[in-house]
Amino acid sequence: MIDTTTFWTVTILMAIGTFLIRFSFLGILGGRELPAWLMLHLKYVAVAVFPALITPMVIWPDATGGAIDPARLIAAAAAFLIGWRFSVYGAIFAGMGTLYLMQFVLGAF
Amino acid sequence: MDRSTSAAFWRGLLDVLPFLLIVVPFAVLFGVVARDAGLNLFEAMSMSVLVIAGASQFTALALMQDQAPVLITVATALAVNLRMAMYSAALVPHVGKARLGTRALMSYLMVDQAFAVAVKKYEETPSMTLPEKLAYYFGCMSMLAPLWYLFSLIGALVGQAIPAELSLDFAMPVCFIALTAPLLRSAPHVVAAIVSVVMAVAFAWLPWNLGLLVAAALAMIAGAQTELYLNRKRAAQEVTV
Repeated sequence: MIDTTTFWTVTILMAIGTFLIRFSFLGILGGRELPAWLMLHLKYVAVAVFPALITPMVIWPDATGGAIDPARLIAAAAAFLIGWRFSVYGAIFAGMGTLYLMQFVLGAF
Repeated sequence: MDRSTSAAFWRGLLDVLPFLLIVVPFAVLFGVVARDAGLNLFEAMSMSVLVIAGASQFTALALMQDQAPVLITVATALAVNLRMAMYSAALVPHVGKARLGTRALMSYLMVDQAFAVAVKKYEETPSMTLPEKLAYYFGCMSMLAPLWYLFSLIGALVGQAIPAELSLDFAMPVCFIALTAPLLRSAPHVVAAIVSVVMAVAFAWLPWNLGLLVAAALAMIAGAQTELYLNRKRAAQEVTV
């Protein structure tokens, strides 16, 4: 059981803290010109954060208790190839489709 | 709203549709887990509305159930959200000139999916005006935020998660792979992504989700340094030619 006071303290502090994290640069820097070195690095935020965010989910999925799952590795590769060469929607269909197919095929053995 | 901003709004609304595959099951699961943890409906919904950051909410619930101290719980949950400071910085060049209130609302609504979809759009379409960029972002979140609330509520009311056999846990990596792959259009982007993957594995042992932040920082530096290196090489060639 979670104590009511604990819950509200945590939730309110989390709400404030999360907002401040999100507001940090966008709120303070606003329309100011950023230094060139910072602009140079900011170009790479998306390609720097997302692979690191999802790599552990692909290699050590919670659904398998952290065990490496060949079906998920192959599905991730399929999503990447289609996303790289064709389209976002195509990649999502390819990724989930390959996962289901691989689970079916590998499950048959 | 004039025609171009209203078009951008609808475009954003439609472009995040694939992400419902992540948001809907994740929200339902949060509702279920929150009720299982003993929260009432109002508490579960308050957390989803006030914090609006799924991964950190799960983290906090798990720690509170383990009777962890309040400060440890808050610090760990916030560490999960620290990556959003990078999103915040990366949005400055695009929407930094918006009004303060608008930027505050954008901050409240800053989730992985909206950032990913919006930045991809902004980079592909440099001709977008500020009002169009704002409309696009709010279009994305007009779809995602209400559904996050609604499906948290449904999960909390129904108490039944989406069956694990559907493997929708994998929708999250798949959607982000789908969005990131097309961004790899220059050598520095490819280098950054590779460093990001390798370092995420190398630093996976770090506590409090810090591996993600270390990997992301190193990857950004790698991308920037590769760009500088290529520029120097090009400049040197031009001199010799």
